[in-house]
Amino acid sequence: MYKIVTKRELASHTNLFEFSSKEVAAKTKPGQFVILRVHEEGERIPLTVAGVNIEKGTITVVCHEVGKSTRKLGSLKEGDSILDLLGPLGKPAEIEKFGTVLCVGGGVMVAPLHFQAEAFHNAGNRVVGVVGARTEGHLIFEDEMREVCDEFYVATDDGTKGYKGLNFLEEFLKERKIDRAIVTGPLVTMKTVSELTRPHGIRTIVNLIPIMVDGMGMCGACRVTVGGRTMFACVDGPDFDGHQVDFEELMTRMKMFTPQEKLAYVFHEEGGRRP
Amino acid sequence: MSKPKPKIKKEVVLMPKQDPKERIHNFNEVALGYTEEQVVAEAERCLQCAKAPCVEGCPVEVDIPAFVQLVRDGKFAEAMRKVKEKNSLPAICGRVCPQEAQCQANCTMGKVGDPISIGRLERFLADWEREHGYEIPQKSASTGGRVAIVGAGPAGLTAAADLVKLGHEVVAFEALHKPGGVLIYGIPEFRLPKKIVEAEAEYVSKLGVTMKMNAMIGKLYTVDELLERFDAVFIGTGAGLPRFMRIPGENLCGIYSANEFLIRVNLMKAYDFPRFDTPVIVGEKVAVIGGGNTAMDSTRCALRLGAKEVKIVYRRSRQEMPTRAEEVENAEEEGVVFEFLTNPTRFIGNERGWVKAMECIRMRLGEPDASGRRRPIPIEGSEFTTDVDTVIMAIGRTPNPIVQQTTDGLEATKWGTVVVDEDGRTSIEGVYAGGDIVTGQATVISAMGAGKKAAKAIHQYITKKRTLAGS
Repeated sequence: MYKIVTKRELASHTNLFEFSSKEVAAKTKPGQFVILRVHEEGERIPLTVAGVNIEKGTITVVCHEVGKSTRKLGSLKEGDSILDLLGPLGKPAEIEKFGTVLCVGGGVMVAPLHFQAEAFHNAGNRVVGVVGARTEGHLIFEDEMREVCDEFYVATDDGTKGYKGLNFLEEFLKERKIDRAIVTGPLVTMKTVSELTRPHGIRTIVNLIPIMVDGMGMCGACRVTVGGRTMFACVDGPDFDGHQVDFEELMTRMKMFTPQEKLAYVFHEEGGRRP
Repeated sequence: MSKPKPKIKKEVVLMPKQDPKERIHNFNEVALGYTEEQVVAEAERCLQCAKAPCVEGCPVEVDIPAFVQLVRDGKFAEAMRKVKEKNSLPAICGRVCPQEAQCQANCTMGKVGDPISIGRLERFLADWEREHGYEIPQKSASTGGRVAIVGAGPAGLTAAADLVKLGHEVVAFEALHKPGGVLIYGIPEFRLPKKIVEAEAEYVSKLGVTMKMNAMIGKLYTVDELLERFDAVFIGTGAGLPRFMRIPGENLCGIYSANEFLIRVNLMKAYDFPRFDTPVIVGEKVAVIGGGNTAMDSTRCALRLGAKEVKIVYRRSRQEMPTRAEEVENAEEEGVVFEFLTNPTRFIGNERGWVKAMECIRMRLGEPDASGRRRPIPIEGSEFTTDVDTVIMAIGRTPNPIVQQTTDGLEATKWGTVVVDEDGRTSIEGVYAGGDIVTGQATVISAMGAGKKAAKAIHQYITKKRTLAGS
């Protein structure tokens, strides 16, 4: 059992959790993920780690409630425990002094982006941060990001705060020399930013967490085509070259279980009666 | 005057099974096990050969004639004790061992009639014990030795049980959330009920082994870090990586590796969705690619999940199938169709990215290859297309690479298997390995045999190390 030491609501249906696990905290690096299971009937949920506190022996994740499993997790309180926490999984992000690093994050994935941005900052890079969300109310980790960024921008899909969408990056990239780009967020964000950086030849790293079950290379559900080759995101990634990823295929694969997820969600909301 | 010779019963006592028409609608166990009368009647057929050829066929050297004699006398507790001297997981072996290729292949009775059903006797005893309460044997005095087991599958659990009984402190590290390895994630409920795997793992815990779940060695701790805390390490991480064919369309929706399909169904209990949260989607026309036990398990799960038509597509012929005889028979009874000498060449998707058809090519058999089986050769121009909406790739598994990648100096082959000597020693002092991680994908019992052998070597290594340190 792994205890929830802290729970904080960051936005509607979006919570930050700190789980107690000294050993996982001691080993987890930016870019890696964990798999957790809330209860005996539960799914294995992969979540990118948003931070660790080695002294406290905790890891931080941020989870947006999208279906039954994440809703269950969201219903837990501080002091409650989850059944399983496996990690760290995947390869750590490549953190080096590259020069100027552009860190773009969208939605809940801004939290794990911050873990990386902080590491790039500490490694002596000039960090340019861009955080986005659908709308102002869904923006998270703004202050935390601002602290580790030398330059900082906000964008929302509806323009309620900062730039409207990410198209401003097109002009921005023409004027500036960027040595590396890191993009975490919804697939569409990662795809868009990868397309914007491609003409400038900026090496662009995306963090992929497709559908997966075991997270250790056994099931192959997370397979993704990168540069024409099939890779497993869980063990070969989760970081990949955004210019090589077949996003169209991945987007299709991400929808594979959508009807079942809806069914499970309804089943959960109806109090467990068989629909 | 000599006693009149008892008449030898040539026919095996049949084990009751669930009716195929019924069982394809549930995940309950297919084979129902012997009754007390049946088990004694079957044991009575044993000739009690002095040379005991059956024992030679057993990778863990169970004293088969002795336990069969005890069964015949109705001494079930004693018989169980006899089996457990060598085998800590009898309920599992009785169900999943390929007995017809091992102990039963050598049975003298097999020359005149049916061999003794040794596996069914073993299974009966294990089930009898589970119902009557486990007997926990006395532990040997503590040696002060500490052993880390990496992977709580058949090899690891066997090594752990043997070492703890010898008086060592044993911690088993398992990456998944439940112990058992392939027994819990791979083999389906109707062939090996999970409550049995759980009970056998529980027995190993009761012997004194500490089970540590969610601990992936190579990520959470390296083998080097384990060596700082333990005298010896046993690597039993298995062959868990799925193979794909690398043909066009393989990443379409509706195409699973057998591992993904079976993990969803077995470990995550997708057959009980939505009570369990993990889903699995099975269409109407299912093709399972491959001819091994995993392929058989996948077809039979697919049928139970509502598929209308389930086909095995295998590139060789029936004779080359590396499958337990009983499972082929069960699959055929349940209506699985076999398409031999056929291999897929590409998958065709619909507008939503789901597989809708499969192009195959016919094969013929050529000269024997490295496996000793005749090599399949494609027949040019024989391509044809067939409709499918679910495909399960069961063409084999390769060794888990994480421990090899994260352990400096651990010698591995180009296939990724760990190199060991005949006692299971790797290239690193104090580090042993056994099971599929050494042999590549093989059987549960051969992994258990390897775990046993390594446990013996680890015991000697620690005893020697302690004696040297003490002197």
